Amino acid sequence: MIKREPLTLEPHGGRKRRTSMQDYLSPLVRAIPPSGIRRFFDLVAGSKDVISLGVGEPDFVTPWHVREACVYSLEQGRTSYTPNSGIPELREAIAEYLYSRFNLKYEPTNQIIVTVGGSEGIDLALRALIEPGDEVLVPEPSYISYAPIAAITGGKPVGVETYAKDRFKLTAESLAKHITPRSKVLILCYPNNPTGAIMTYDDLLPIARLVEEHDLLVISDEIYAELTYEGQHVSFASLPGMKDRTLLVSGFSKAFAMTGWRMGYLCGHPELIAAMLKIHQYTVMCAPVMGQVAALEALRNGMEEMAAMVESYNRRRRLVVKGFRDIGLSCHEPYGTFYAFPSIESTGLTSEEFATRLLAEQKVAAVPGNVFGLGGEGFVRCSYATSVSLLTEALERIDRFVRSLNR
Amino acid sequence: MSELKLKILELLKEDARRTPDLIATMLGVAEDDVIAAIKEMEEDHIILKYATIVNWSKVDEDKVTALIEVQITPERGRGFDRVAERIYLYPEVKTVYLMSGGYDLLVEIEGHSLREIASFVSSKLATLEPVLNTKTHFILKKYKQDGVIFEDHEGDHRMMISP
Repeated sequence: MIKREPLTLEPHGGRKRRTSMQDYLSPLVRAIPPSGIRRFFDLVAGSKDVISLGVGEPDFVTPWHVREACVYSLEQGRTSYTPNSGIPELREAIAEYLYSRFNLKYEPTNQIIVTVGGSEGIDLALRALIEPGDEVLVPEPSYISYAPIAAITGGKPVGVETYAKDRFKLTAESLAKHITPRSKVLILCYPNNPTGAIMTYDDLLPIARLVEEHDLLVISDEIYAELTYEGQHVSFASLPGMKDRTLLVSGFSKAFAMTGWRMGYLCGHPELIAAMLKIHQYTVMCAPVMGQVAALEALRNGMEEMAAMVESYNRRRRLVVKGFRDIGLSCHEPYGTFYAFPSIESTGLTSEEFATRLLAEQKVAAVPGNVFGLGGEGFVRCSYATSVSLLTEALERIDRFVRSLNR
Repeated sequence: MSELKLKILELLKEDARRTPDLIATMLGVAEDDVIAAIKEMEEDHIILKYATIVNWSKVDEDKVTALIEVQITPERGRGFDRVAERIYLYPEVKTVYLMSGGYDLLVEIEGHSLREIASFVSSKLATLEPVLNTKTHFILKKYKQDGVIFEDHEGDHRMMISP
């Protein structure tokens, strides 16, 4: 006879009964504050006839030859899974592209994963690297995803403020102040959303020395690399000794106008990539095949069109930067992305007040800088990925708004 | 041709009403240089005219356009040019191209009715001595002209605010 364990008399094993749905949620997820950008989105969604400078994506539709390649592949019935790390031709094309554009050498077989957008790359890297208590250094103002993802993994995001006086570049001096024995990962995002800042080779070198000295790893989100208007983009991974310390996150969204396709890639040391591939294979299996086919076409035949798009952004960039300065708002020269980050301090309003009133009074939407973390207060993010005529109209309205404040 | 002039042409092709000031800002050059370059291009007949692309199908006016393939006998010494000139001087003729292939001239002609165009072809064009034969094609609908799509369905589908 098998002797049975006696049934426990206490329900729920003795722990307190869950009384609300919140009690089921992981405390790590519960602790994530609601997104400031989301709140502003709801505000804008309720308004009509708004010119939006709040859009974080290209105003170009994906070039037709790329869309057509995808349509053709669907007609041919290419609808199956692909290898976990992506179709081999695409990984090879990515490797060639990274070598020819940024002098980076990655082995397509074990150093590249095709991901669902750059976002998945950030998630994979953080989840594979961070254990509870590890500190993740995030230069701010920053794209809004890094800190929450770092927090979900149990890590502790540590903001490192950057300043307009430094043209929002990360300086070794301020980074050094935030490094502790628990620091493990530094996240770099240059060209930077939301400030438009870039980091040159000389800017990156002292950062690389600190990374080496303190034994850190770097997740370098270079999704805006191609949208660099002054000199050539320098990948952090191309600095001496930094390749093995860098997880390069990039993708097709910004440069090739492919945001909705969610096509990105993650590159790094084979041992790290193997670990990240484990997460990738159990969570998404592989990036969608149709997107991969389109991405391959973009890399093979899309460089000329991309260059034309970059030139077009650059023209509009000059237009808005001059526009803000003419209005009397100081604006550091954003040498990358498609964002300008003018200071609205002279108006005496907070970022939130400025953005909210500008929307209500002149129907122009811009994102208040404070949603991007430390150092964002006093600024607004304005995307210039919008037609010249709308930009001109928006600048006129902002001018009217700022003048109404001075009355 | 200078790179600046090419870039100016590109910007004016997108929108002929752009001012030298705006063009100078967008290209990061001095306004005076833009003014000078435009003046030069006008004088050199590189810029011929600042025109408007109209979607006439939305205008309540009868307008019929035809493309006519014309075969001609070239003239000794002057080739096709003189015949082309005799054709393009008619105000109803909007475009004349010399073509390679099965015919010689492609003539675009605009009128108020089918009959008006038919009468032009039979009484004026076909009766020119060097004209051997003509083939008239009426345009039923314009989808795209000079890079402009007439009914653009692509639109802006982006969310108003995104991170």
